[in-house]
Amino acid sequence: MNPPGNTPAATTGAPPSQQQVALIDLLDRLLSGGVVITGDLVLSVADIDLVRISLRALITSISERTPAPWAAHVPSEERGTP
Amino acid sequence: MSDASLTYAYAVARDRTPALAAEAGTLTGVAGAPVRLLTPDRTTTPVAVVSHVPAEDFHEAALHRHLEDLGWLEALARAHHGVIEALAAHTTVLPLRLATVYLDDDRVRAMLDDNQKLFFDGLERLRGHVELGVKLYVEAEPRPPAATDAPPDPALSPGRAYLRRRRTEQDARHDAHRAAEEAAQRIAVIARAHAVQWARHRVQEGELATGPGQNVVNDAYLVPADHVRAFREETMHATDGLPGLRVDVTGPWAPYSFATLTPPEPGTASAP
Repeated sequence: MNPPGNTPAATTGAPPSQQQVALIDLLDRLLSGGVVITGDLVLSVADIDLVRISLRALITSISERTPAPWAAHVPSEERGTP
Repeated sequence: MSDASLTYAYAVARDRTPALAAEAGTLTGVAGAPVRLLTPDRTTTPVAVVSHVPAEDFHEAALHRHLEDLGWLEALARAHHGVIEALAAHTTVLPLRLATVYLDDDRVRAMLDDNQKLFFDGLERLRGHVELGVKLYVEAEPRPPAATDAPPDPALSPGRAYLRRRRTEQDARHDAHRAAEEAAQRIAVIARAHAVQWARHRVQEGELATGPGQNVVNDAYLVPADHVRAFREETMHATDGLPGLRVDVTGPWAPYSFATLTPPEPGTASAP
């Protein structure tokens, strides 16, 4: 079980200005962003969703229902035009 | 298939430009293999950014198991991001979801053929834009000095003193959240001037949250490259005059939060 990416990104040609980003900011994007392609994948989209659920249990400790205090002021959609 | 390799796909780009090919040639992928560019079977565009990964670690069951391991996940995420970030410096890339793995290169080529139009539309929508993250924090636990430092009022029973203190704390928390609401509205105004799309992430909680303070907004904006500086500078001032609040702008990121393929409705033209 070798961890992937033994070579740090900083040595693989990434810009030298790059600071290591916070893992939580990265996982926010990589676990919910990026194009999901259906079809001929090794791991199906449905399976990825299951993985995400178990990971989120690890990453967050508080219920997803914790409301934002100004919830009434934001659109209900997750993506939109500002 | 224990000694076989699979093909890990990171992103899709429009053209195999010399600069992109040269940059890809310097990169090492998630499992230490060289990063390569693949073109579709029938045409030369778009191109997929891929590398080989060992089947023993990336077939379905192994991947399921590994992704539960936070250390493994972090290494994968950082390597995935390293490749995408390096390439995004040269051209618009459409990031694919983490751990998009195909049986072989031919399956990736076929996928490019099947989705060519959608990729072109997605790349065109993101061209010249980056993602910026905006996080708002309510700093620490609001504790007005009057409630915590003053000696207990001997005239109050312990129960009433407790209730009074709770109420004062709730008032302070309420004030902080009202201030956060004000800051969020200021950011919305800034975003209308400088951003073209908005996405909401869950507020950050738990062991990995970086703090300090309670994260109350965790948003992402798709911003034209020539507006990045103004968006960042104005957003950094969104909490001016609002004590107890902190704003944090991250990025620029490759447009992860806006990388979607939306197929056109059947029978309608695919107008942007």
